[in-house]
Amino acid sequence: MIALLLRDLKLAFRAGGGFGLGLAFFLIVTVLVPFSVGPQSSLLTTIAPGVLWLGALLACLLSLDRLLALDWEDGSLDLLATAPLPLEAVVTIKALAHWLTTGLPLVLAAPFLGVLLNLPVPGFSWLVISLLLGTPAMSVIGTFGAALTVGLKRGGLLLSLLVLPLYVPTLIFGAEVARRGATGMETQTPLLMLAGITAATVALLPFASAAVLRINLR
Amino acid sequence: MTLIVTDLSIARGGVPVLEGLSFSLGAGQALILRGPNGIGKTTLLRTLAGLQPPLMGQIEGAEDQIAYASHSDGLKPTLTVAENLNFWASVFGTHDIQRALDAFELNELADRHAGNLSAGQKRRLGLARMLVTGRPIWMLDEPTVSLDRHAVQMFADAVRAHLGQGGSALIATHIDLGLDGEVLDVGPNKAKPKPIDDFDGGFL
Repeated sequence: MIALLLRDLKLAFRAGGGFGLGLAFFLIVTVLVPFSVGPQSSLLTTIAPGVLWLGALLACLLSLDRLLALDWEDGSLDLLATAPLPLEAVVTIKALAHWLTTGLPLVLAAPFLGVLLNLPVPGFSWLVISLLLGTPAMSVIGTFGAALTVGLKRGGLLLSLLVLPLYVPTLIFGAEVARRGATGMETQTPLLMLAGITAATVALLPFASAAVLRINLR
Repeated sequence: MTLIVTDLSIARGGVPVLEGLSFSLGAGQALILRGPNGIGKTTLLRTLAGLQPPLMGQIEGAEDQIAYASHSDGLKPTLTVAENLNFWASVFGTHDIQRALDAFELNELADRHAGNLSAGQKRRLGLARMLVTGRPIWMLDEPTVSLDRHAVQMFADAVRAHLGQGGSALIATHIDLGLDGEVLDVGPNKAKPKPIDDFDGGFL
């Protein structure tokens, strides 16, 4: 399992691996927002948590179509399926590698981009906490979507359509944590909901992803 | 660790391709799979490797014994030859890639990126993967595609050595590898539609 994780990380960092693509997209989206809504800092303060969350979510989506498709194209998914590793472990590791190369950099970059949107000071820690809790769910749900669409031509578009609705609960409660944190309100309820959603998806979805993948490999 | 297949029927894309297939493959034996294009050789290998369920019949002794090599080699172009092999070695829990590098004369290429190899060299790397799996039953789907004569010989030697160590191999190929294995012609097992009455029979 560790070998698979290391290989995926190595592939992500090598040429054409796409590391940093999500991060660059996140940066561009947050830079473009003040241009489009105007430079009133009070307005930016109000929308900052939501914009940052939406930007992170879309950036996460960007690299999902390559998650399993590359392995499917070069045949290594077939070979992994016949290897001693259970497919549940394969998809879990794939999701973990996706989170480490996409989700975690977004979490780390978010506070710096928060400055650009005039995010209030108390909001920074809550933004990081909510993204740290929410991005693993996005990777796991995304892996499920990638497993559903693996092998389809132009599957990337379908993948986005399938995955975005599934991101809704994470987005609602994640952005709510960041918003409440930024305005100095109580954050416990949405935080617990967000943590619950992440825990449930991480626990259950790998089994669904593996089952779907088995059918898709036939 | 004998592989026993009884009365197997398989389908590709929902259409039955082979039916009533029975054979056994014991330690040290090689079975050469022959038959025209589209008859279901690849489907048979995929079924035996556990990638798809059979329509009917039993497969015994395949669980965790099979190393499968498909048409594509599963190589990562941005990893080097050694990194590719090391990855598969650790997935299968073995750690010695030197023997595989030696057997397919890949030592000089070990630090090259797999994406920069020629088609034949990639194929050799794909076949070297079989050696690092440590699994007794090799299932090879047209392993000699894009190999030159010398490389085919290398491959035949590797299979012979594998058989000598008590392994076995099931190889779908159209060329003569010079192996003393039995030939299994799957042609006679081709699935045919069954007539329901005489009227149907007139067409079949």
